[in-house]
Order: sequence, then structure tokens, then C-alpha cells
Amino acid sequence: MTATVPTPVDASVDAPQTSTWTTKAGLARMLKGGVIMDVVTPEQARIAEEAGATAVMALERVPSDIRAEGGVARMSDPDLITAIKEAVTIPVMAKARIGHLVEAQVLEALGVDYVDESEVLTPADDRYHIDKHAFRVPFVCGARDLGEALRRIGEGAAMIRSKGEAGTGNVVEAVRHLREITGGIRRLQTLPREELMTAAKELGAPYGDVVRVAETGSLPVVLFCAGGIATPADAALVMQLGAEGVFVGSGIFKSGDPIRRGRAIVEATTHFRDPERVAAASRGLGAAMPGLDVAKLPAAELLATRGW
Amino acid sequence: MSVTGVGQRVVGRDAGDDPVAVPTSPSPRPAPVVGVLALQGAFAEHIAMFAGLGAEAREVRTPEDLEGVDALVIPGGESTTIGKLLVRFGLDEAIRARTADPAPAAEPAADGASSEPAARPLAVWGTCAGLILLARDLGDSGSTVGAPQPLLGLMDLRVRRNAFGTQLDSFEANLLAPDVADHPVPAVFIRAPVIEDAGPEVEVLARLPDGRPVAARQGRLLVTAFHPELTPDPSFHRYFLDLVTA
Repeated sequence: MTATVPTPVDASVDAPQTSTWTTKAGLARMLKGGVIMDVVTPEQARIAEEAGATAVMALERVPSDIRAEGGVARMSDPDLITAIKEAVTIPVMAKARIGHLVEAQVLEALGVDYVDESEVLTPADDRYHIDKHAFRVPFVCGARDLGEALRRIGEGAAMIRSKGEAGTGNVVEAVRHLREITGGIRRLQTLPREELMTAAKELGAPYGDVVRVAETGSLPVVLFCAGGIATPADAALVMQLGAEGVFVGSGIFKSGDPIRRGRAIVEATTHFRDPERVAAASRGLGAAMPGLDVAKLPAAELLATRGW
Repeated sequence: MSVTGVGQRVVGRDAGDDPVAVPTSPSPRPAPVVGVLALQGAFAEHIAMFAGLGAEAREVRTPEDLEGVDALVIPGGESTTIGKLLVRFGLDEAIRARTADPAPAAEPAADGASSEPAARPLAVWGTCAGLILLARDLGDSGSTVGAPQPLLGLMDLRVRRNAFGTQLDSFEANLLAPDVADHPVPAVFIRAPVIEDAGPEVEVLARLPDGRPVAARQGRLLVTAFHPELTPDPSFHRYFLDLVTA
């Protein structure tokens, strides 16, 4: 290292280190209190940024279209991801299939800011997830409960989102999964230390992380909520239930007025404890995306059950 | 170490390591209340750091929340998001009014014998996104990429956003900041900006090994391109509290 300026000499000032755990998990901390929006074109990415999104998820089809069209859902075209990266200054995330480590390598090579190893795409591996510690790019993963969240963190996920049921516009599963995670944390906090090993066994989670959660009362990474948020009130709801931010997939660009709805969900996420502001944000938004009754979906069409 | 400018910074701090000692008889100054802008970003981490130093910190989301705070931290987050929300909620004008030099035209509460200390300009510390928002100019302002970036423009700085590249280029380093700490301070840079140019009233507090400034002060305004709130080292938080009460 050649210092060209007269900074005081100190041997303990060492070379900068990139892709540390702190930088990986730290980016998610910068996204907190914000809205991450699914976009399928550079134009939508610009609209999302203008509406106040803190990041965009670049993909070819939003979950509701994946659901409607069926077929195998894969990583997006690199040209699309690059075009979206060039359209905005906010971070760009992109999805890889569960277990598809090469899709993740490709996304890292494209320079995305976060990889979502996502159940919304068709899984590439029916038993194992990606070893995310092996990557320089940070990962976000979905979880339905505390055990699943801690398994993903054990594999190296630097951010967790509760899964919900993507592409339904129905917040019920998002609420269920978020409550499973936060409730699981509260249960751990009540246990005496000698019960934590059995709790770890039952959760299917690494013991060290279980102990840490019991001691701190929170996940070691940021927790967002995803999968069914369609209105400003939905966003404020999950924030009040303990989410640190929200992902909105189909809910914005499948609605009648994406720019207004995007802005409104951003405002409701910031002011989630202020009903008057949530009310003001909810006025005159036009039609929300059409929703699906999750209870009537055949089990084979559920996305949230993908993940091991 | 050479302390430049800001000569009286050390007042009341002889006892050294003790964080923000409760003022005893010789120093009648009340403990400062720090507001942390909570529109979006890593505000909880800052509040926890100030709490660890025994200082009161509270969330600021509206212009009304600024009442009663002596200082404001603009945390890391997404600068375009925070900038847009500042404008949408009228906080940009409120912050400009509170930082203006002659005491703001405070409400004419008009009970003349008020023993309140003269309202001083709000002290402000911007980390990362906050540094961008406090600057007067963006090095990439000619760029057509991305949504317009609203700025508060309070400091004589030109900054470049995402100066190091993508998230893959985010990094940790230890920095020397002799006015702030007598040891290298751990610094976390996440999609960080850098100061490209600083006016004559700006004092640079820390540089990268290649010489680029990443921490600076102008009067009661402080900026860092990095995130002390993501480290266990409270040196910059303590420095800011000193700046607030100085």
C-alpha cells in the first residue's frame, strides 16, 4: 500500500477488505424501513426509483405472471439485468433458483448488489440450498419460520424475508410467516439455557445461532416481509408486526396506477405507526391488483413450501 | 497529533473516556437531545450507539419531531429515497430553517424573560447517504442515470455517489482521524460516496490511504462517507456529541 498523502503512519491501518460479513449484512441495514420493488423493465425500474424504492428486484416476470403462465421459471436474461442496473442508482437485486449455484455465480459476475435465492423460481435442487458463504455478493433468502430463517443464515444469507405467498396479492401468508418468525424468537427468549439445544434440534437450526437469538431477541440479520403485500395498509401492518422493510412484487406494477401506489406504499412503510398518514397515502390509488384466495390454491401451486 | 481549527473542542472532556458525563456543577449545559432521521435506513443503529454513550436519541419523521432536538443525524440509507421523502414531508425546509445561522425565527412565544438558552443552529451529522444530502453538489450531476437527487446543500462539498462501484466493492478499513480518536477507527463503506472537492471552510478529518477525504466538518456540520454505527467503536458518536455541546 503506497500512501501518497501525509497521513500519520500507523502499522495497524491495513489494506481495505471487501465482501466482509459486515458489508454484506450492512447493505441490508441501509435498506431498512424501505420498499424493494419487483420490476421487469428499465422503465419500471425508473418508476420504482422515482416512487422512492430503496432497491429493485430485476426479473422477467412478476410472480403473478409466473403463477399464471406456469412452466419453469429461471434466472432472468443478463441483458435485462444489465439494462435495469444502468437505469437506476439504487441497488439492484436479482433472483437465482434454489440450489442453482451457477445462476448465482452469473448474477455475481453481472455485479448485482444482492442475490435472492428464491422460491418464486422453480427450484434447481430439491434437497440443498446454495453455500452462500462462498460468494462475494450477499444473499437474501425466504423463510416461513424461525428454523428455516436460521438454516438460511447458517448457509450465509445476509438478509431474510418472510416468504408469504408471492403473486397472490393476499397478505395472509405474509402475516403468518412473519408471526412464525417473530413468535419463534419470543419463545426462545423464554427458555432456560439447558432447553436451547433441544429447541435447536426441533427448529432444525444451528445451536450457536439459536443461543444468539435467545440472548439478543432478534435475528442476526435484517428481516423484511414479502409475498402478498398489495396496499399501503398491508405494508404498515407487517411493519407493525415487526418487519424491518417490505418487498412488493406484483402489487405495484399489476395495479391500476403503479407510480401513485408505489409512492403510497413507501410513505406507509415510513409512517407505519401513523394511521392518519397511512389513510392519506391510501386515498385515490385506483384498483389494487386482483387477489387470490390462498386457501383455494392447490398445494402444488404453493411457492412458499419450496425450501428445505 | 495536530488539531487544526476547532481549538476548544475538548472543553469539559478532561475525564477522557467517560462517555457524556452527566453535567455536574461547573458545566450547567443540559445534555443534548439527538434526533435521528428515521425516514429509512440504519437509524436504529445510531440510536443504540448514542444510548450506549448515555445520550438521549429519538426518531425524527416529521418537521414537528425536530422540535426539542439539539442535533440531527441523517443516517445511511438510500440517498434518493431519503431525499425524496425529506421533500415530500417538508423536512428539507424545516432542516434548512433550523441550521440557518441567525437563530431561526422561533415561535414568538413572547414571554420575554425566557431563561432558555439562545437557540443555536442545529448540529447535523450525515453518514453515507447523509453525506450526499448535506453536500451542495454532486460530481455526477451531469449523469442522466437514476431519479433526480434532492440535496440539502448545507456544506461546501462536491461528492460522488457510489464512488467505489457496486456492492461487491463495499469494504472495511481502519482510518486515522487524529482529531476524533487516538487510535485507528474502524470504518465500513457500503456503496459509499466520496468527497471530491471541499471548500475552504471545510476541515477534513479522515482520508483513505489514497488521499481521498471521507470525513469532514464545517462548523456544526459533520459528514462521514462510512458507517461508524455498524462498528463497536463510538469515537465518531462521541465526537459529534462534543460538537453539539461545544
